[in-house]
Amino acid sequence: MTITQIARLLDAKIYCCEEMLEREVHTGVGCDLMSDVLAYVEDQAVLLTGLINPQVVRTAEMMDIICLVFVRGKEPTEAMIELAEERSIILMSTEKGMFASCGILYHAGLKSGDDC
Amino acid sequence: MSALVQTYTVDASDFSGAGEASGNVKKTLKTLGFAPDVIRRVSIAMYEAEINMVIHANGGTITVTISPEEICAVFDDVGPGIPDVDQAMQEGWSTATEEVRGLGFGAGMGLPNIKKYADVLDIKTTVGVGTTLTLKFFTR
Repeated sequence: MTITQIARLLDAKIYCCEEMLEREVHTGVGCDLMSDVLAYVEDQAVLLTGLINPQVVRTAEMMDIICLVFVRGKEPTEAMIELAEERSIILMSTEKGMFASCGILYHAGLKSGDDC
Repeated sequence: MSALVQTYTVDASDFSGAGEASGNVKKTLKTLGFAPDVIRRVSIAMYEAEINMVIHANGGTITVTISPEEICAVFDDVGPGIPDVDQAMQEGWSTATEEVRGLGFGAGMGLPNIKKYADVLDIKTTVGVGTTLTLKFFTR
């Protein structure tokens, strides 16, 4: 699934790295606990989260996560957008909740990225 | 290639900056052409240790030695030390504050995760003096 498809399915607003929208991701994870993301997530997933702080971007960087989706209408800070741009990580925000967002992407064919 | 040595100072007063050293090392390893699996293991383990240094130890220094066969990262702090290392190694055990948990960390996965990704994890700690964490990653 391309990032463009994810943005369309979630009716999301994109904040940076638009040149990367045709990149593909194969798995998705919904998580607010970065400790768990670092422990369980496979690489090259899209991460959906309700957490807003720069460490979300840094966690994505370490895990080779190329796209972050902020749910429930939460918006990244300027510092986060700057950090994400430097590290080529797409940030987007959707008004949809975590459960609905994960369900929509799963139904559209995105696999789970944190199965143990 | 002879060994490349990098030193970083970790500032505990700046939580948003935690991960800067790990990110720089990741970039260096990519530039030097290390295998993606090695880069991933080093990045995750170093980031966990760097976050721990900010959360628990009032910052410190990181010395990274990179050679073709091995990457070694030494985390030195003068924090409170770890009273019970066996307990600290258990998944889910944490002394992190509510504030830190609110930022998405402090779930007690740091040290177990470091152990999972590093080939060698050595912890030398004295309560009231500090902790030295040595991580080694073999590239072959």
